[in-house]
Amino acid sequence: MDLDFMASTMVTLIAALPMTLALFSLSVVFGGLLALLVVWMRVGGNPVARGFAKGYIFVFRGSPLLIQMFLIFYGLGQFGFIRYSFLWPALREPFVCAVMSLALCTAGYTAEIFRFGLRSIPAKEIEAARAVGMSGFLLTRRILAPIAFRNALPAYSTEVMMMVKSTALASLVTVWEVTGVAQRLIAQTYRTMEVFLCAAAIYLILNFLILQVMALLEYRLTPHRRTAPLFPVAQR
Amino acid sequence: MTILQTIGFGPSGWGGLLLIAALMTLCVTATALLIGMVFGTLIAWAKLSGSRLARGLGSAYTTIFRGVPELLIIYLVYFGGSSLVTAIGAAMGFEGFLGLPSFAAGALAVGIISGAYQAEVYRGAFLAIPKGELEAAQAIGMPRLLRFRRIVAPQVFRFAIPGIGNVWQLSLKDSALVSVTGLADLMRTSQIAAGSTRQHFLFFIVGGCLYLLLTSLSDRVFNRAEHRANRSMPSGIGQA
Repeated sequence: MDLDFMASTMVTLIAALPMTLALFSLSVVFGGLLALLVVWMRVGGNPVARGFAKGYIFVFRGSPLLIQMFLIFYGLGQFGFIRYSFLWPALREPFVCAVMSLALCTAGYTAEIFRFGLRSIPAKEIEAARAVGMSGFLLTRRILAPIAFRNALPAYSTEVMMMVKSTALASLVTVWEVTGVAQRLIAQTYRTMEVFLCAAAIYLILNFLILQVMALLEYRLTPHRRTAPLFPVAQR
Repeated sequence: MTILQTIGFGPSGWGGLLLIAALMTLCVTATALLIGMVFGTLIAWAKLSGSRLARGLGSAYTTIFRGVPELLIIYLVYFGGSSLVTAIGAAMGFEGFLGLPSFAAGALAVGIISGAYQAEVYRGAFLAIPKGELEAAQAIGMPRLLRFRRIVAPQVFRFAIPGIGNVWQLSLKDSALVSVTGLADLMRTSQIAAGSTRQHFLFFIVGGCLYLLLTSLSDRVFNRAEHRANRSMPSGIGQA
């Protein structure tokens, strides 16, 4: 193993890290928003919306992300009305297609996670909130959303880690993120092991940091699970 | 040419090739599941063992292969395996580059990943066995291997079925990435069909539908297997 080579590989790969982070953060944000919409349709009273949400979750969880990405990247340009619409300058970009397919796919998984979070809310708490006259948005904001998110957090952090790994597929639609650059280096130098170790280290550190953030978030959101301090801290 | 002719089974249709490709995807996934069972059992054993070294190695395996993108692992196995084969070939007197067969590379790569997930499934299933049963077997003097065969293995398998079902679904979707090595699986064949007919949208939709068919059918198979494995158990929480 050649340390100089590994150092230069690391520098090359870290130069591609911003792209991976951009793909990851945009798709987590958009995927999360879309998941809220889907879960709202899934648990709502409208049977048409519920059917649509069920179908959405089935399709995006049941098929591989790669085929969804290729469908968007290669498939959409086939239609004249998309090719000549005002959206085409954006849809032509591989980066936009990659973010779109990542967000659409993760929304399916995240919607199911949020739904289980919602289902874990004890009926008593909702009844109590209704009894004091809360309903609609206030009920969601004060009771449903905080409890559901808190309960869904462990499963959601797994999904977020999966998202970090999924960004690698963007390299197959010519977005040069860490895995794509690593593949190019392997093809150029045939030093598979060294390049793999460098890229793997980047992903593992990234995942470790994200897990720490998630654990911190979970700690902040669950004060009721901690034992009360023996000597209360003086109020500021 | 109409759509039905393009995706049908006629002389100019892609239907037959797509079905063969779907079978190829199933074969890769099944081989990967079996490879993953071997790796998973060994790693679960290592993680449950008393030796600190074995536990460390086991956790390193599961952390690395669950935390690194699948695509990167496929590149590692495909390119790394090929240079290994070339080196062995050179030692035996063959000249030039020898590639690892893409089926072997793909099944091994997906198997390694699947092994990391299966290890956690088996570990959880082992920990779910009531301690009393193991102690009882020990108390009547059952030897280690017999205890494993009669008490541990059947129960681990029963508890593990839902988990194995999840891993199977993951591997089925990971197997689509094997197409980067050139294996003519469902993903790759849809891509070729899409490229040569210029009907990208149609063929990726058809390929996606075939994947949906595979995932929903295998979901049904695993539900039935779970039901069957639990037929002697009293119905309780968490059973269909």
